[in-house]
Amino acid sequence: MRGIGKSFPGVRALDNVSLTLDAGEVLALVGENGAGKSTLMKILAGAYVADTGSILIDGREVAISGPAVAEALGIGMIYQEFNLVPQLNAIDNIALGQEPTRGPLIDENAAAQRARAAFTDLGIDVPLTIPTATLSVAQQQLVEIAKVLSRKARIIVMDEPSAALTDREVDRLFGIIRRLREAGVGIIYISHRMEELPKIADRITVLRDGTAIETRSQADFPANDIVRAMVGRDVDAHFPELPPVAAGAPIALDVRSARRAPLVNDVSFSVRAGEIVGMAGLVGAGRTEIVRAIAGADRMQAGAVLVDGKVERIREPSDAIAAGIAFITEDRKAQGLVLGMTVRENVTLAHLERFVDRDGLIDRKREDAAARGSIEELSIRTPGPEQLVRNLSGGTQQKVVLAKWLLGKARVFLFDEPTRGIDVGAKAEIYGLMIELAKNGAAILMVSSELPEVLGMSHRVLVVRAGRIVAEFARADATPTAVIAAATGAAA
Amino acid sequence: MTPELAAKAKAAELRAYWMRIGGAILVFVALVVIINIAAHGAFLRSGNIVSVLRQITYNCILGIGQTFVIITAGIDLSVGSLASLCGVVMAIVANSLHLHGFLLLAVTLAAGLAVGGLAGYINAIPVVRLNLPPFITTLAMMQVALGLSYIISGGRPISLNSTDFQNTGFGPFLHGLTSALHMPSIPIPVIWMIVIAVACSVLLMRTRFGRYVFAIGGNEEAARLAGVRVKKIKTLVYVISGLCAAVVGFLYMSGFSSGSPQTATGDEMLNAIAAVVVGGTSLMGGRGTIVGTFFGALLIGVLDNAMNLLGINSYLQKVVLGAVILLAVVLDELRKRYLAKA
Repeated sequence: MRGIGKSFPGVRALDNVSLTLDAGEVLALVGENGAGKSTLMKILAGAYVADTGSILIDGREVAISGPAVAEALGIGMIYQEFNLVPQLNAIDNIALGQEPTRGPLIDENAAAQRARAAFTDLGIDVPLTIPTATLSVAQQQLVEIAKVLSRKARIIVMDEPSAALTDREVDRLFGIIRRLREAGVGIIYISHRMEELPKIADRITVLRDGTAIETRSQADFPANDIVRAMVGRDVDAHFPELPPVAAGAPIALDVRSARRAPLVNDVSFSVRAGEIVGMAGLVGAGRTEIVRAIAGADRMQAGAVLVDGKVERIREPSDAIAAGIAFITEDRKAQGLVLGMTVRENVTLAHLERFVDRDGLIDRKREDAAARGSIEELSIRTPGPEQLVRNLSGGTQQKVVLAKWLLGKARVFLFDEPTRGIDVGAKAEIYGLMIELAKNGAAILMVSSELPEVLGMSHRVLVVRAGRIVAEFARADATPTAVIAAATGAAA
Repeated sequence: MTPELAAKAKAAELRAYWMRIGGAILVFVALVVIINIAAHGAFLRSGNIVSVLRQITYNCILGIGQTFVIITAGIDLSVGSLASLCGVVMAIVANSLHLHGFLLLAVTLAAGLAVGGLAGYINAIPVVRLNLPPFITTLAMMQVALGLSYIISGGRPISLNSTDFQNTGFGPFLHGLTSALHMPSIPIPVIWMIVIAVACSVLLMRTRFGRYVFAIGGNEEAARLAGVRVKKIKTLVYVISGLCAAVVGFLYMSGFSSGSPQTATGDEMLNAIAAVVVGGTSLMGGRGTIVGTFFGALLIGVLDNAMNLLGINSYLQKVVLGAVILLAVVLDELRKRYLAKA
């Protein structure tokens, strides 16, 4: 596959982008959100059709007019949001659309054999006969990989495959990628995680603002150069300095013996005004569940939440908001935004009562002004407040979510994976924002699966395992080994 | 902002507005022109226009209530039966009251609204408490309400003793004024429809409640986490639909001077949903307008009227109606795709 050049107008244009991928090579594709990575890959996968340019596979020009064509050409796509039918099991998902038949009936045995063969090739084992919805995220991803392999994919695109995985699972994924590379499969690997690139990439292509900025082999493309190419300027890769917590700062959030089966077990902790507390733990340890219970997203079965010393009865999210708690969810598309609504409507959704005039009607002018204010304050990249959120890039969407909560006068901010899937530049902006909030006296609880982030951005670190807080570290004592030991239950 | 940017934003806003208004309007205008030519100008006579408006009243009001429900990604199949049930109950109430004039009408209507609102509330309970599909719960309500209206009435229309309802049913509105202006007289039900449409449009487009209706249809979980009281809003939406059904029952009863269980033939609910969908409201939720529903109902009404004027046989009318509904929705979809690209 050689020489793709194409442009793609729209909200984010691709302008004359070319890249090549050899057989048996891992090409990392990096770039900020909105740089055009996804669009480019969707063109390759036949989800979009390019306006100009051409695609060559094995030196022959091909016209990829749809997903089926791409599949027939041996292009396999593994999206960040998986394309599995959750009610079907792994075998049926792998066979989907290409079911082996015996007469008019599906040949179940052949389908099962094909699925097993794919997993044997990968050298892994995944439960095949239970609905994929009940599998872990990592297992679902493996099913996706097996699915594209069973369709004889020679080019596999992986869109941030490591984003939702634990470190151990990422290692296993890398093992599989290396195995595929040896088998002659070409892999395009999209990632935001700089530290992964040396481990897995052969070459690296940087995309910025819809153009390919630079391609070098991994060995002579140091991380600093990559980041500079991505953002077009030098970026301080370090975390910003945390402002000290005032000595007598009052406790803003106090959680006492919170319980909700099965993953919130007698959880007690507190966060002081101006303090950022990080919550570390393995995926599935119950961190999100704890935050959701505090925010009223799931109802607590027992326990109490105090905001500024006052007991708050939180039964629904609206109660939490009234109590001054803002919950910035992990999954912005499913939980954070109404994609079919405009930026303005999303920004004001949680505090709409503030825009209602005495006649009971929403004051569009004030609403519009507030939305424009947010757009400016957070430098949200949108043509205007009337843009549908659906049309914005991931990092920009995350800013809209933040804008929504900053509009209120929350005392407590619960961040669940605030920087997942967003680029270096946007990350720095979000860190800056958290610090600004802390300076203004907000209490912040941040759940994150990225250990450097937890360690770099927290005054204090809580470690969660099996729905309990098993360790607490002051900033100075929070070393990676200590936190990981606590999170995994290994004797420290 | 530079004037150029402001103009661009304005254009985008305008486009967004046209996106929201259904394709019904476009189809509608084209259709009116064609029909008028075919009917040698008979169609656009003012008397005929009023008669069309009169005919769409029931469907339009049911559709307006339905619009709220459908924007939350729900559906209300019970509206036709509820209109029937409310009509029967109101006829009985009216006959048992020793009241006259406005008071009689007000109390009767209140009784109907109570029944319709309560039925809507009951529709909502399994939907919000147990997350059951509204298709099922309102289907059940459709049967129950229809059955009840037959039981209560003994299966026969209940004639109204009082003649006080006649004016509401088909009387002219401000007759002195319209005749002074050489306008055809406007039946009172049409005024009801217009008032309800305007009020509901404001409710949907300009209030918190309306915004939340859209938010729930667009992403219920995000709305909930943003503090929207989803259960309350969803319940209200079915109550509104029930209230609209009650109003239709009231107008129908007034127009025919009787409450009849035979009001509901099953077509009302389908036509109401058709009006909503033709009006550009998405069955997937999150998008829709009252104006669109009005034009959807108007389109259906115009077709009915035109085919009668042209003497098309009634079986063929159904075929044409179905085809036009499909065409309107297809055109709307194509138009949206075109606008999304532009």
